[in-house]
Amino acid sequence: MHDKHDHGSHLTEIELRVRTLESLLVKKGYVDPKALDVLIDTYETKVGPRNGAKVIAKAWSDPDYKARLLKDATAAIAEHGFTGRQGEHMVAVENTDVVHNLVVCTLCSCYPWPVLGLPPVWYKSAPYRSRVVMDPRSVLADFGVTLPADKEIRVWDSTAEIRYLVLPVRPTGTEGWSEEQLAALITRDSMIGTGLAKSPTKTTVEVL
Amino acid sequence: MNGAQDLGGVMGFGPVVAEKEEPVFHAAWERRAFALTLAMGAPGGWNLDQSRGARENLHPAEYLAKSYYEIWIAGLLRLMAERGLIAPDEIAAGEPLHLPKPAPRVLTAQSIPALLAKGASTLRPAVTQQRFHLGQRVRARNIHPYGHTRLPRYVRARVGTITHVHGTHVFPDCNAAGRGEDPQWLYTVRFPARELWGEAADPTVTVSIDAWESYLEPQ
Repeated sequence: MHDKHDHGSHLTEIELRVRTLESLLVKKGYVDPKALDVLIDTYETKVGPRNGAKVIAKAWSDPDYKARLLKDATAAIAEHGFTGRQGEHMVAVENTDVVHNLVVCTLCSCYPWPVLGLPPVWYKSAPYRSRVVMDPRSVLADFGVTLPADKEIRVWDSTAEIRYLVLPVRPTGTEGWSEEQLAALITRDSMIGTGLAKSPTKTTVEVL
Repeated sequence: MNGAQDLGGVMGFGPVVAEKEEPVFHAAWERRAFALTLAMGAPGGWNLDQSRGARENLHPAEYLAKSYYEIWIAGLLRLMAERGLIAPDEIAAGEPLHLPKPAPRVLTAQSIPALLAKGASTLRPAVTQQRFHLGQRVRARNIHPYGHTRLPRYVRARVGTITHVHGTHVFPDCNAAGRGEDPQWLYTVRFPARELWGEAADPTVTVSIDAWESYLEPQ
């Protein structure tokens, strides 16, 4: 759902309700507010798509690592120290010249937290969840992505505790790049499948 | 349940609008709603499937009208009310009026990094023989449970192919109902879009779901 339906007074009401609820739960001894701060800080500043970009950059650079990632993504991703909640059972799916992968959770908002952080609003929204399983090309068009008409599209609906990470196609013109340079080309959306990795020409300045 | 959460193939929601440079949270209350929901899992004693079930149980009109973290708060209130953790008069007063549940397992700040890094695997030792094999064609059963299920409507009665076998995992339909974990074999099943949506669908598209064994029957 998107906050666009909200308006000022409504926001105030929910703000008040959540504040009251927190105070009540703290007073009842169920919740330590310091724990809330740590949870928020973890997902707001520590865990995010930069983690996933490190995994992908490594896979682009090291064929053995890529093979491990495609065989047992949970273990390969754990080599970077990215483990745990909402990433307990990872599967990596590889984009190629002939296959493009897209990930969704039509039933709620399942998303690989350890590598991508918390999902963006659009990923949790009704427009995405409803349409990407039926007409993925039109959803890609909403993101400005057009694929060849004969390219196979595989949509992965995360209906269990398996979490999917898309391994995007490595852009051409990046031969000899370091993992750090490559990571700068890897966007969150390219690891969900609603985007492609950035082209090096557009980012040369920020990389160098 | 055939609720508003089961969105695959529903029409009329308009374009997907992605926000540029989107922040992780859009308001201070979203931060607290997120953290409260995670922190209440331990003292509340509910499981992941029960949390999902509580959110899906909203009236469809409410589910579709509420923002994401509003749904989380509604789910949290329902889970707490069902277990007597807080009473309606306390919510109205904003003050504790009744004794809390004795000795709740309170999440401490120090314990969080290790807990998050460990997660909660749903993999369990196999207790039954694996019924389906890689490459086998299977039909998703045409079932409409009133309780929580992870079999989306759009695949029911449709035929697909097993592409992955994931071992045995906690079965949500049972776990959400508080009837235990009942671990079952979990498979990925791939369906051609034309099998799901008819001849007009794009022949280059497939859709895969993860399905517990009892969702499937041999084709």
